[in-house]
Amino acid sequence: MIGRRALLAAIVVGVLAALGPLLPAYPLTLITQALIFGILAMSLDVLLGYTGLPSLGQAAYFGVAAYAVALLATERQVGLVGCAAAGIGLAAVTAAVFGFVAIRARGTYFLMITLALGMVMWGLAFRWVSLTKGDNGVSGVPRPELGALSLSAPLPFFYFTLAAAAVSWALLGLLVTSPFGLGLKGIRGSESRMAALGYNVWLHKYLAFVIAGVFAGLAGVLWAYYNGFVGPTDVQLVTSVEALLMTALGGPGTLIGPVLGAGVIVFLKNFVSVYTKRWLLILGAVYIGVILFAPQGIVGALRRARR
Amino acid sequence: MLSRVGPWIVVLVMMLAAMAPASAAAQSGPIKVGLLVPLTGGASALGKDMLNGTELYLDEINRQVGNRKIELIVEDTEGVTATALTKARKLVDQDHVAILTGGLLASTGYALHPFADAARIPTTYPVMSSDDLTQRKPARWVVRTGWNSSQSMHPFGEWVAKNLKYKKIVTVGFDYAFGWETVGGFQRTFEEQGGQIIQKIWTPLNTADFSPFIAQVKPEADAVFAVFFGRGSLQFVKQYAELGLKAKVPLIGNGTLTDESVLPQMGDEALGVYTALHYSAALDNPANRKYAKAFEAKAGKVPSYYAETCYTNMRWIVEAIKAINGKVEDREAFLAALKKVELKDFPRGPVVIDKWGNPIQNIYVRKVERVGGQLHNSVIFTYPAVSQFWKYNPDEFLKMPLYTRDYPACKYC
Repeated sequence: MIGRRALLAAIVVGVLAALGPLLPAYPLTLITQALIFGILAMSLDVLLGYTGLPSLGQAAYFGVAAYAVALLATERQVGLVGCAAAGIGLAAVTAAVFGFVAIRARGTYFLMITLALGMVMWGLAFRWVSLTKGDNGVSGVPRPELGALSLSAPLPFFYFTLAAAAVSWALLGLLVTSPFGLGLKGIRGSESRMAALGYNVWLHKYLAFVIAGVFAGLAGVLWAYYNGFVGPTDVQLVTSVEALLMTALGGPGTLIGPVLGAGVIVFLKNFVSVYTKRWLLILGAVYIGVILFAPQGIVGALRRARR
Repeated sequence: MLSRVGPWIVVLVMMLAAMAPASAAAQSGPIKVGLLVPLTGGASALGKDMLNGTELYLDEINRQVGNRKIELIVEDTEGVTATALTKARKLVDQDHVAILTGGLLASTGYALHPFADAARIPTTYPVMSSDDLTQRKPARWVVRTGWNSSQSMHPFGEWVAKNLKYKKIVTVGFDYAFGWETVGGFQRTFEEQGGQIIQKIWTPLNTADFSPFIAQVKPEADAVFAVFFGRGSLQFVKQYAELGLKAKVPLIGNGTLTDESVLPQMGDEALGVYTALHYSAALDNPANRKYAKAFEAKAGKVPSYYAETCYTNMRWIVEAIKAINGKVEDREAFLAALKKVELKDFPRGPVVIDKWGNPIQNIYVRKVERVGGQLHNSVIFTYPAVSQFWKYNPDEFLKMPLYTRDYPACKYC
């Protein structure tokens, strides 16, 4: 199973990497964007797909990391390593604190608490004007340098993002197939049974929550560099919901599904909108179609069709 | 194995195929103009006016300058800065536009200019009024064809203190660059004339219910000065009257509070509100009469400032293209030409660009009145040729900080 997954992963990453130089700048930046949101959606998948925890606050960790990078890079001229460490570290700390509050709840209540915590972060981004510059946001974040290599052009930044996404995919893939990951799946199936078997359910869920926060933070770091701008909209509920939709659309509990979901949504948003002003209608129709005909998401449906 | 990976590759290839670029622009092909407007979301009504204004001018010249066609490429920003940046990248990298224009929020203006400077793409801002882009942080590749936030408020602050004789004013406004800079400009000149700002209330950009904010207004205020636009203007003016404050404390505001983008949807609640802006649909000059008539025929409504500024902006761009004989590929020359355009007969009145890239233009003090059953922004006073620095010395003005949430400080709060 792992061999097959690794092969599939190598093929997808290889195809993307080979296509990189062939593509013009704009599609390349869009694929980069899709990969960044793919990492965010994968991080959510650990919670939603594997642990059965529907979180509506994933943008909080994404946003914290993005703000950390933007502020450090523009005001203190901190380099890539420092910014990334600070961003991911802050996201982890935020998730560790929020996890204490959120993990106690289940189902809809978990959804509500993560939603509320996410709104707290949005409120901070919006109201703490002296730090975050409020609704103005932080602009002019320069693309980083990796040693002597500048990542400012679309192609190097694409490869950088692709590498980050591939590493995330590999690490999360190892995580969900590890005994710990199987424990998470068990919790998704039946929490009480896992508890009766002697598993520390709370700790499993808490660690999954923090790990998800870390990877959301990684996505946030990339996003700040990608867009050169971070504002309250990045921390907003809409971003969390979008991550949830990407995960649900692609197929929760598959890791690659959410990345595909992110690709489809970024693609629909940016290409369909060129041809029609009613692109939101098409996006809505796609959501409804997936819920009606492929409740397990695109990847879920593909897998079922093959059986 | 292939059956496992096959569908993936098909999906991937299909997505990439759809992303294939249009053929690259030839030198003698059409001149592409990239327009960023909010067509969905809370500001879509403003975006529609911006689009209609732009198209109206292009229709007048049959989308042709000399022997080159003009091709307008419109992208929806949803009124969100991050989306505007993505779309700007698309217009430049994919469509290879010769010029970038449009945009709504002042905060987007601050976020977009590093991109324009890095991409070395001539850019005009007909709407985005971020003060500092023509003051302390000049953007090399951006020419402002609209206005800046505090420009119309410097004269208005003085006018209110002198003519309406208000002593104590409470300000309410959107909590971001545009709100801060507008209130800052007003506060500075109003207080220099002996007035006092006794309270500053800030509301989030997407506020739907203003009653908690209106309830905070100090009762000793002589007037309330409000800064909103779009849906915010409609809702604020309505709630201000509904909560019974309008009868006790008069309402005044910045130009977009009663702009024609929202005025047709307002009722008696807007009557008597004083505002100031560099345009009013009711302006009585030949260029505006002709323009307003043509716009009404096209859009079925009175033109707003958003429509006028985009109409003027498009004409501005075309004048610059004419000046360089259509050779927009020479970006430096195009940019220089954009900065040199000088015309007397815009609907808003004569406009000249100052050394910092901001228009010097008339500022009109307006009052909402009912004329023939419809609400109008009747022009009651004109300040001719107002610069972004008002009566101040530019060098000294630029030494002061940018107007923000806390500057000028609220001395009388």
